[in-house]
Order: sequence, then structure tokens, then C-alpha cells
Amino acid sequence: MLTKRIIACLDVKDGRVVKGIQFVDLIDAGDPAALAVAHAEGGADEIVLLDITATHEQRGTLMDTVKRTSRGLFIPFTVGGGIRTLDDASAVFDAGADKISVNSAAVACPELIDQIGRCFGAQAVIVAIDGRRGRETPDPVKDAEVFTAGGRKPTGLRVIEWAREAESRGAGEILLTSMDADGTRNGFDCELTASVSQAVAIPVIASGGAGNAAHFAEVFGDGKADAALAASIFHFGVSDARELKKELATLGIPVRLPC
Amino acid sequence: MSAASSGSLAVVDYRAGNLTSVVKALRFLGAAPEVTSDPDVVARASKVVLPGVGHFAATQFLRERGLTEAIWSSTKRGTPFLGICVGLQWMFEGSTEAHDVAGAGILKGKCERFATIRKVPHVGWNSLSIRPNSRLMEGVDEGAYAYFTHSYRAELQTDTVAVTEYGGLFTAAIEADNIMGVQFHPEKSGKAGLTILKNFLKL
Repeated sequence: MLTKRIIACLDVKDGRVVKGIQFVDLIDAGDPAALAVAHAEGGADEIVLLDITATHEQRGTLMDTVKRTSRGLFIPFTVGGGIRTLDDASAVFDAGADKISVNSAAVACPELIDQIGRCFGAQAVIVAIDGRRGRETPDPVKDAEVFTAGGRKPTGLRVIEWAREAESRGAGEILLTSMDADGTRNGFDCELTASVSQAVAIPVIASGGAGNAAHFAEVFGDGKADAALAASIFHFGVSDARELKKELATLGIPVRLPC
Repeated sequence: MSAASSGSLAVVDYRAGNLTSVVKALRFLGAAPEVTSDPDVVARASKVVLPGVGHFAATQFLRERGLTEAIWSSTKRGTPFLGICVGLQWMFEGSTEAHDVAGAGILKGKCERFATIRKVPHVGWNSLSIRPNSRLMEGVDEGAYAYFTHSYRAELQTDTVAVTEYGGLFTAAIEADNIMGVQFHPEKSGKAGLTILKNFLKL
């Protein structure tokens, strides 16, 4: 049976993990390579590394980080942040990523999705969408809006329509972050996630709002998510993905166990 | 001299997708893979891996470059061959993904798109039901998980050695003597995947 995926996300700045999941027992908690391997061994199904520096000057550091991180990693590895051109994507793949994630650059230039998909296959392209529920509308889910530039810039695009366009251009998966739920630890935005998951036939990864295992069960059930990004949950009482998955299994969610 | 001499492992590059992960996993297991598009190198290799991400149409390159013939004749001599993902699909007569591109025809039948399930591609970790006496799957637990990402699949065959369910049963791994293929990505399937690659390298 196809299982629901728990994806560990590392936010990296200047080659160091600055947010996301950190194991207290690691000597060097800020090293992305060490953390990625620790998460893989801790039962994560995939690793996502988001480069939040994303300035041109730091691309060399990023490539080095991606290379080091991918070396000992034998589960899917996605890299995002600052990928603006096909050349940027090629360099990240060469460094050892299996998939890339594009966000603002894909909104600015949707053809980027087609280009990367043609060269590396649709399975290698994740379109990340930061969405916020519509304000002053009778249907805030349907009217949820896409934001770019780390959630600072409204685009006027509707989340569902942009997800459909990304799919039609050859995206392999959608990574949907709810700006309303992000950071709250009150649970994912299941309604928004479900509306996107039902609008497209490609997998949807839910992100934002996780505070406990029950929230994951909700987003895999009501939210119809195919995968979920785990970040801050590991700071609050759940030690690793294996422990989270054991809890999910008792709630009837199909997960990869043993792992 | 590069590794085209005896004991060499050729990883066939047909200009489709990303070979980094496969090569990295093989190196991790102590092999010295040579990435090549040269039919002579493939013909001389003592083992051949055909990776694959992307579109079936990309396999046209194999025929154009004489690689199909090189692989055919080497497998006839008993050289172990492993096709991964599109590499497995290419072993069949064709795929409905690209009607005008013929597969190698080493195995009978055509690969078809998942038809009875809404979410396509099939992405993620799914379980393997393993048939006995497979050299490739030796040491892999019944029900072990492997990482898949694909929209087309092969039906069950006599030589199927691992079965997965997604809107019906399909061939996750196949093994006909020295000719082997996996629909999932062993290089991305954690310990189970590395076991499978190690089994292939041991042949």
C-alpha cells in the first residue's frame, strides 16, 4: 500500500541549518549533512533542504552543502530556494538533488516549470505555493491567494488555479504552505489542502501548522494530503519521524514502518 | 585507462534525467561505475545498469546510438543487466507513453499508464510483495518499502519477482536469469534499495 510520507525540512542559511528540526544529541546541530542523515535514520521518508540565503553570492556555498548532504543520503532529496533558471536547477541536480522546488521564480516565469520538467522529468519538479485564505470573500478557501517572496508579496493568483497551471506545465508535486496556519502549531489548513489535492491529480505535500501527531492524521485524512512536511513538531515532544509514524499507525494512517 | 576493462560496470547515459544518485549509490557500495554513451564500452562491460527518470521517448537515443544492440548482445552472453524505472520499461516491447518508440523487446508486452486510480504519477514509498528464489531481492524483507515515482507500469509477468499494488497489481521487479529490472528507485529506497543494488553487484 502506498504510504503517507513524512518529509523532514531543513532551512539553511550560509551553509548552516537555522530552523527546522534539530536533534539535541548531535554534536553539531547546525550541519545540514549530519542532520539530513540523522533524519533519514530517524525514519523520515524524504529530506527537503531550503536555502533561505538564496543570494547569488552564496550559490557556491549551497552547492557544497548539497553535495555534502546528498553524499550519505539514500532517500529522496529535494533542494529549494533561489532556483531561478534552468542552469540553477542543473547545478543543483549535478550536486546530488533528486528534485528541486521552485516558488517565486515559477510565478514570475511559469515556463521554468516546463523547462526543468523537459530536461529532468516531471517527477523532479516540485512547485511550492505559499497560500493565504481570501479576505472579505464568501469563499476564503476557493479565493485563497498565492504569495511570493517568502510570503511578502501578494500575486493576485488563486492558489487552486495556480496549482492546476503548475500541474498542466508538468510539475510532479505541489508543496502547499498555509500562511494562515504556519507557525501556529494548531494544525494544518485541511480545507485548503483538500481543495488543492482534489483540484489536481499530482501529489500534494502539506506544510504549516503541525503541532502534534493528530494534526498529521487530520491532514492525511480530511486534508487529503499525500505527504506532510514536519518541521517544528520535532521541537515539541516528538523526537523523530519514527515516533511520529508509530503514533500515526495507531491512528490508522498507512506509513512506512519499520523504517 | 578507465574502467572499461574486465570487471567494469557501465551505467548507460542516454541524456535523460539525472544519473548522480544512481552513481553515488553504486560508489557507496564499493563499485566503480563508468557513465557512458559508448556502445563499445557497454558491450565490454561485465555489468550494465540502465537508469531512468523521465520520458519513455528518451530511450530512442539508445537505438540511435547502437546502445540497444550492445545491451541485447551483452545480455545474450549472460552479462548481468539492471534496468531502473524507465530502464525497466524499456526492456519491454514499448510503452503507451511513446507509441512510436520501440522498447528493446527483451521482455514481452507493453507498459501502460495507471488507469484505475486518480493520482498519477504514483509517488512515494510502497510495499513490495516478494516472490521466492530471486537473486536480486535476496535479503529484502517481505513487505519492505521502496520509493517509486512513475506514471507507467508493466503488468505481472512470469518473471516478476516483486509485486506492488497501486490501483491494481503491477511488476515492481523482474528477473529473467541475468536480465533484471526494478520499477522503483533502489538508489533512493534506503537500506532495502542498497541491499538490492548490492545483490546485483555480487552477480
